[in-house]
Amino acid sequence: MTNNKPVTPESQNTFNSVIEINNLSKGFAEQQVLKNLSLELHNGENLVILGKSGSGKSVLIKCIVRLLNSDYGTIKVLGENVNELKSKGLAALRKKIGFLFQSGALYDSMTIKQNLEFPLIRIKKKLTKMERNKKIEEVLENVGLANTLDKMPSELSGGMQKRASLARTIIVDPLIMLYDEPTTGLDPVTSDGISALINDIQKKYKTSSIIITHDIECARATADRIIMLKDGEVYLEGTIDDFENSTDELIQSFFKE
Amino acid sequence: MEKKTPFKKVTISPLVVKEQVIRLGEKTYKKTQEANVFFVGIGDFILFFWQTIKETFSLSFEFNEFLRQCFQIGNKTLPLISVTGLIMGGVLTIQSRPVLADFGALSLLPGMVASSIIREMGPVITALICAGKIGSGMGAELGSMKVSEQIDAMEVSSTHPIRFLVVTRVLAATLMIPILVLYADALGIMGSWAAANIKGSVSFVLFFNQAFRAIDFIDFFPALIKTFFFGAAIGLMGCYKGYSAGQGTKSVGIAANSAVVLSSLLVIIIDLIAVQITDMLL
Repeated sequence: MTNNKPVTPESQNTFNSVIEINNLSKGFAEQQVLKNLSLELHNGENLVILGKSGSGKSVLIKCIVRLLNSDYGTIKVLGENVNELKSKGLAALRKKIGFLFQSGALYDSMTIKQNLEFPLIRIKKKLTKMERNKKIEEVLENVGLANTLDKMPSELSGGMQKRASLARTIIVDPLIMLYDEPTTGLDPVTSDGISALINDIQKKYKTSSIIITHDIECARATADRIIMLKDGEVYLEGTIDDFENSTDELIQSFFKE
Repeated sequence: MEKKTPFKKVTISPLVVKEQVIRLGEKTYKKTQEANVFFVGIGDFILFFWQTIKETFSLSFEFNEFLRQCFQIGNKTLPLISVTGLIMGGVLTIQSRPVLADFGALSLLPGMVASSIIREMGPVITALICAGKIGSGMGAELGSMKVSEQIDAMEVSSTHPIRFLVVTRVLAATLMIPILVLYADALGIMGSWAAANIKGSVSFVLFFNQAFRAIDFIDFFPALIKTFFFGAAIGLMGCYKGYSAGQGTKSVGIAANSAVVLSSLLVIIIDLIAVQITDMLL
């Protein structure tokens, strides 16, 4: 069913769960990556999904925005079944979702300003050029990159690229944020900065977020709730305290790392 | 008396037979898999082609990106095309001159060179150079965008990557390659005039009068039409190979390489078809 009503941060409150996944399965050739996975993302929360490499974390969030098609199961985002949406409906839904890629995925032939302008021109079509410029400057300032407007992505450090990418994601005011390994490849200080930024974004833009990571410090700093995946299945769900006090061998080994 | 047969009786062990059957089965399976990959590839390309056609006629056309691509293709290929055009005309003249001189038909030289360049050499050589320069560039650029998730990022920000990346490039190549061919043709004839003056003396006006007297509209028009197809083929193949690149940096190289090989092959095939059609019509 397609919901034609515009979803705003206010109307988003009518959804207790902004994302509902039931019995999701996804495989590649003979390898089953996700197996009957079910989870919910509640309104306004930061849900961290932990797991080792290859446990299906990234595949999961790519299925949520339908960059990958699931084999079985349902994914409901803001009340809409993602798998049943036609291309127009899917495009409309994607406008409400921000996706931070592991690599940052900044368009390397464009300056930082052009990178931020790219989604803004296409999603917030009614903005004037002046309003667009103001918004770009404001968002870049929020992520601590005020003086990088005319720089190319290759001129920025890894941490700055992640910040710029984050700015490009939040500039269209998404309701849901999906972070794919936001701190991978960064030093501990920069990682802490990104984690703090994730919390700031949640407060300032009132977003609900799924944070895919295997960085325990990032999980500690951002998580309201944690789900651990193992071999494509939910292994344990709880708060950071539940995980830290767990006697389970796998979780202990993970947290000791 | 026992009847003798001309054949020697050979006993084959059942184990050897079993091994041969297994080997045959494995080979058949491998070949089937290869055929499967081939047909899946063709299906993929048809789907990609259809999406490109569909997006070309969609309401929201990325005009600025189209202009940028036209500039990229035209501007970056211009020096290479200039040098090649001049050399092409020069070499053709130097090679043909002694033969025509032997037959006492030196006055036919400008017409022969112009006709060769406009009908065949200009379009094909320019298209092959563009296949190398533009096709590989598109394959590598889109391939690296795919590997670094930039195409996915475009898709999740509600921008159709085919509309933004592919349609603009294919249309730019389709429009710019004919213009580059006309430019190369002009430089080729200039190069020919320069080469003709190395061993003799012929005025610019006389040379061009003789050259254009030998050319009819029918020489020029089919040659121009086929260059649009060359452009579309180069753009489509470059974009397809980049867009369907696999994971990892190695696949970027493979995409660029196969874009050049396949678009060059397509240019030759289209040329063959165009020549046949022109021949039939005339």
